Amino acid sequence: MAELAASPSRPDGLLARLAELRRLAIVPALNEEECVGRVIDEIREFDPGFEIVVVDDGSTDRTAGVAVDRGAHVVRLPFNLGIGGAVQTGYRYAFERGYDIAVQVDGDGQHDPAQLPTLLGPLLDNQADMVVGSRFAVGEGYRSSFARRLGIRLFARVVSAVVRQRVTDTTSGFRAVNRRGIALFAADYPHDYPEVEATVMVVKQGLRLKEVPVAMRERVGGRSSITAFGSVYYMVKVLLAIFVGLFRRHAFPYEEAR
Amino acid sequence: MTPLPVSIAAAIASFVLLVVVFELIRSRRLRERYALLWLLTGGLLLALSVWRDGLNTIAGWVGVRTYPPAVLGALGALFILVVLLHYSTVISRLSDQSTILAQRLALLEQQLRERG
Repeated sequence: MAELAASPSRPDGLLARLAELRRLAIVPALNEEECVGRVIDEIREFDPGFEIVVVDDGSTDRTAGVAVDRGAHVVRLPFNLGIGGAVQTGYRYAFERGYDIAVQVDGDGQHDPAQLPTLLGPLLDNQADMVVGSRFAVGEGYRSSFARRLGIRLFARVVSAVVRQRVTDTTSGFRAVNRRGIALFAADYPHDYPEVEATVMVVKQGLRLKEVPVAMRERVGGRSSITAFGSVYYMVKVLLAIFVGLFRRHAFPYEEAR
Repeated sequence: MTPLPVSIAAAIASFVLLVVVFELIRSRRLRERYALLWLLTGGLLLALSVWRDGLNTIAGWVGVRTYPPAVLGALGALFILVVLLHYSTVISRLSDQSTILAQRLALLEQQLRERG
């Protein structure tokens, strides 16, 4: 993974190459009125040419209003679809409007848009179709509860075995995809807690996956959507989905990237 | 102790249930969320048919001496009740959501018509 560290050191060239592409930031948000504005500002700070679509997954606060005030495109879902349904809405938006690149940045502020060069480098160099920002690719530095770290490690083991490639952080929602990735996710995206399954799906569909090290921030406001009971259900459900996925024919027909 | 042929028949039936559930998930006709319940049921039935003394043992725990299979009937009825209650909540949520969808659609159509 040594070559990855090199990409952020040439942000100017990166921005110039980015400028030729139609690029979209997908920001899923549920009751994030305190954070979503800052997330939008920070994405623009990195690259004002990014179009931003905030997918409001049935918020009961001013999330959508804040996003509209900052000039983001806002898609308001009529009721809560869950993170999977919300994110796929963003990918459908990207697919229908012909974007070349889409990045996923959580509306809660834990993903730092200043790290987008690291994420976008391998896409621009055509080394990968999906790039995932991993908290664990280099050392530790992400503090979390014991149970959560255990779960994350278990998923990393299972997914690495299934995709035959070393994967360290399968639950990260900080990701970037090219046109092929957009087309795939627009056609098919997992429900409920989608990140782990989406990682497996990408590789099974013959797309190239690459992890890059990123640092994530503590949550600024709002609260994590995963509760104690939820995390047990989450683990069992995702493991089942991966297991069943092994027996699926992965010739899912989706429109070729143009 | 359950007679061996009965045990074998029950085990085959539970196994078929598990296979059917698996195939339903694989072909995307059943979401994992709902499948977990059925996999659990299939697993439990399989365990009870393989553990041939299980029914008597469990009946002993809850103090049923005269007719142990009654425990199975009671548990089955309870399970079905819980599943039905769960489906009622799911149906309620779905009908709320389709109301919202219909209202949104009607409002959108009205907006479109007024724009000409």
